[in-house]
Amino acid sequence: MFPLKEFKKSLLVALWFVALTFPLMVIQVDPIERIVNWRWNNMFFVAIGSFVLSVVGKAFFARKEQQLSKKRTAQNEEVQDTIFQRVLREPRYLWPISLACLAFAIAFPFLFSTYQTNVMTTALMYVVLGLGLNIVVGLAGLLDLGYVAFYAVGAYSYALLNHHFDLGFWTVLPVGGILAAFFGIILGFPVLRLRGDYLAIVTLGFGEIIRLVLENWNEFSMGPSGIANIDRPGLFGLDLSLNMSILYLYYLMIFFLIITIFVVNRLQDSRLGRAWVALREDEIACQAMGIDKTKTKLVAFSLGAFWAGIIGVVFAAKTTFVNPASFTFLESAIILSIVVLGGMGSIVGVICGAFILILLPEYLRALSEFRMLAFGGILVLMMVFRPEGLISNVRRVYQFKKNDRGEK
Amino acid sequence: MSEIILQVSDLTMNFGGIKALDTLDFEVCSGEIVALIGPNGAGKTTFFNCVTGIYTPSSGDVYLHKPGGEGRTRLNGMKPNHVAEKGMARTFQNIRLFPKMTVLENVMIGRHCRSKSFILGAIFRDKKTRAEERSIVDYSYALLEKVGLASQVNELAANLSYGAQRRLEIARALATEPFLLLLDEPAAGMNPQETAKLVKLIRRICDEGHAVLLIEHDMKLVMTLSDRIVVMDYGRKIAEGTPAEVRTNPEVIKAYLGEDD
Ligand SMILES: Nc1ncnc2c1ncn2[C@@H]1O[C@H](COP(=O)(O)OP(=O)(O)OP(=O)(O)O)[C@@H](O)[C@H]1O
Ligand SMILES: [Mg+2]
Repeated sequence: MFPLKEFKKSLLVALWFVALTFPLMVIQVDPIERIVNWRWNNMFFVAIGSFVLSVVGKAFFARKEQQLSKKRTAQNEEVQDTIFQRVLREPRYLWPISLACLAFAIAFPFLFSTYQTNVMTTALMYVVLGLGLNIVVGLAGLLDLGYVAFYAVGAYSYALLNHHFDLGFWTVLPVGGILAAFFGIILGFPVLRLRGDYLAIVTLGFGEIIRLVLENWNEFSMGPSGIANIDRPGLFGLDLSLNMSILYLYYLMIFFLIITIFVVNRLQDSRLGRAWVALREDEIACQAMGIDKTKTKLVAFSLGAFWAGIIGVVFAAKTTFVNPASFTFLESAIILSIVVLGGMGSIVGVICGAFILILLPEYLRALSEFRMLAFGGILVLMMVFRPEGLISNVRRVYQFKKNDRGEK
Repeated sequence: MSEIILQVSDLTMNFGGIKALDTLDFEVCSGEIVALIGPNGAGKTTFFNCVTGIYTPSSGDVYLHKPGGEGRTRLNGMKPNHVAEKGMARTFQNIRLFPKMTVLENVMIGRHCRSKSFILGAIFRDKKTRAEERSIVDYSYALLEKVGLASQVNELAANLSYGAQRRLEIARALATEPFLLLLDEPAAGMNPQETAKLVKLIRRICDEGHAVLLIEHDMKLVMTLSDRIVVMDYGRKIAEGTPAEVRTNPEVIKAYLGEDD
């Protein structure tokens, strides 16, 4: 059933891999002893590993192909939903699951160490960032590679306002969000006519411009050395210990996340959300049906930026220090990967994506230097086997009774 | 009584050296079905694009007049979404649905310009927004019943058959409440049964008070449906009249119908 030819191909792949990884995996130079360690056993691991992976991959694709052709022949057959999608569509399961997640989230700091709680807070921040970018990329289909710029706007607005005017976290929170949204509109205007790759390049440039301005305009942003001693979020003027404020920030993030999920969910299932998706699907048809392209795109940009701004403020308050190095392109790329990996336009998908992308490298630390390699490998495998993301977007189902219109 | 609802005069559209439309003038009156025919590349689709704001015409005027309303609107240079708001909707020759949205959602998009709720309404979902959403759903469902797609409301648009997709496009256009409906080759790719159903549908749409301007290559359909036919060739109007007149017009036979001679 598995042809010999394929085995030969896999063997070739394995040989290639061995050759490619030879300098990295086999040769080890010891500069002190001035000798070269030849780690031949690594070569076998690489050979066997890549051979097995290649065979498994080929078998998988062969099966998938078969299934596809079977589906094509058997027409009118219901398209099989994944378990996830079926669960998501069923409110009976959805509620208990969400409640269980919430209970776990609330109990988390008591079950795990402060360090873990801190890591979790970061992960939650990325979930919200992902959900914000999801509005722009997943729903409206505008590939934005400069999302981190809005995050920086939020962080710096808190850092600067706190530094110069002693404004508190809660005062700046809406200011940061609104400023970022404003920047979203500023970016939105020039790129309205662009799509796809062109849009991606311009937004990438925009993100870099913001970072470079922050880095070089010393009088304004204190340059690369950044701004330190930013206040942590206040709680009715109480003096919180470090541990307590970590806890406080954690619960704050849970609260923000719940609000974000609520808002994004409602936006998605509204007149505006539908217009975004339609814009993503076909711009010309969209306009011909009476949708104002300019307005709809600008709203998507500014709403997405708003969440980044809010989280930027939280970031500044959490680390009590900001400098331009936190807002590099890599950050935008990670947030974008969260959206793409999780599944464009799907809230649950983005949440899963963020947890995987942020927590995985954290827990892969055990693999020490191979951690980033493993991380990259997992990403590549994901894109090969599930290009639509972990959990693909499910469209809303409306129920109609015969001769009686309306939602059930 | 019928009044002119669409008036086009001296409409010209140049693409570089090509004159896709050349000083075209004609009008559409309320309550009639007009067919626009002509050989491939005559400029029919370009005409639709110019009138609906997708292209800005090089010169000439396009006026839209709402039946019973006062004044007329000049459409040149107007954005497509404003044209739709004014009451003219269209379908596309190469079907342009929103493939990853459901059939119902596709039609609901058509309701966009007749509804208002925005960010705050979406987030707080107040009484007014809920009522609006409900009316959007009801209106869209009623349209889907009319075009015979009520059993497939939750299907993705991409999964529909070709004929069904064409009907969905009509439903989506109707959702914008147009008084003038432009159909670009609605019967292309349909089998005879589907075409027969389509003829009935267009009749019904016309009876319900929408004027229809359609581009079509299916001569049987054109001859049975239309009150008036406009024939184009090389961007110019070469003939105009009732089906009987057009059929016997020597210009037309030369340019189009009598390809065999
Ligand atoms: N965007 C454009 N740029 C350049 N030329 C164009 C453009 N759109 C149309 N044309 C040209 O204008 C002419 C008319 O094209 P149009 O699509 O309007 O023809 P049509 O009558 O709709 O033909 P068909 O029956 O095949 O649909 C053609 O020569 C075409 O190549
Ligand atoms: Mg055409």
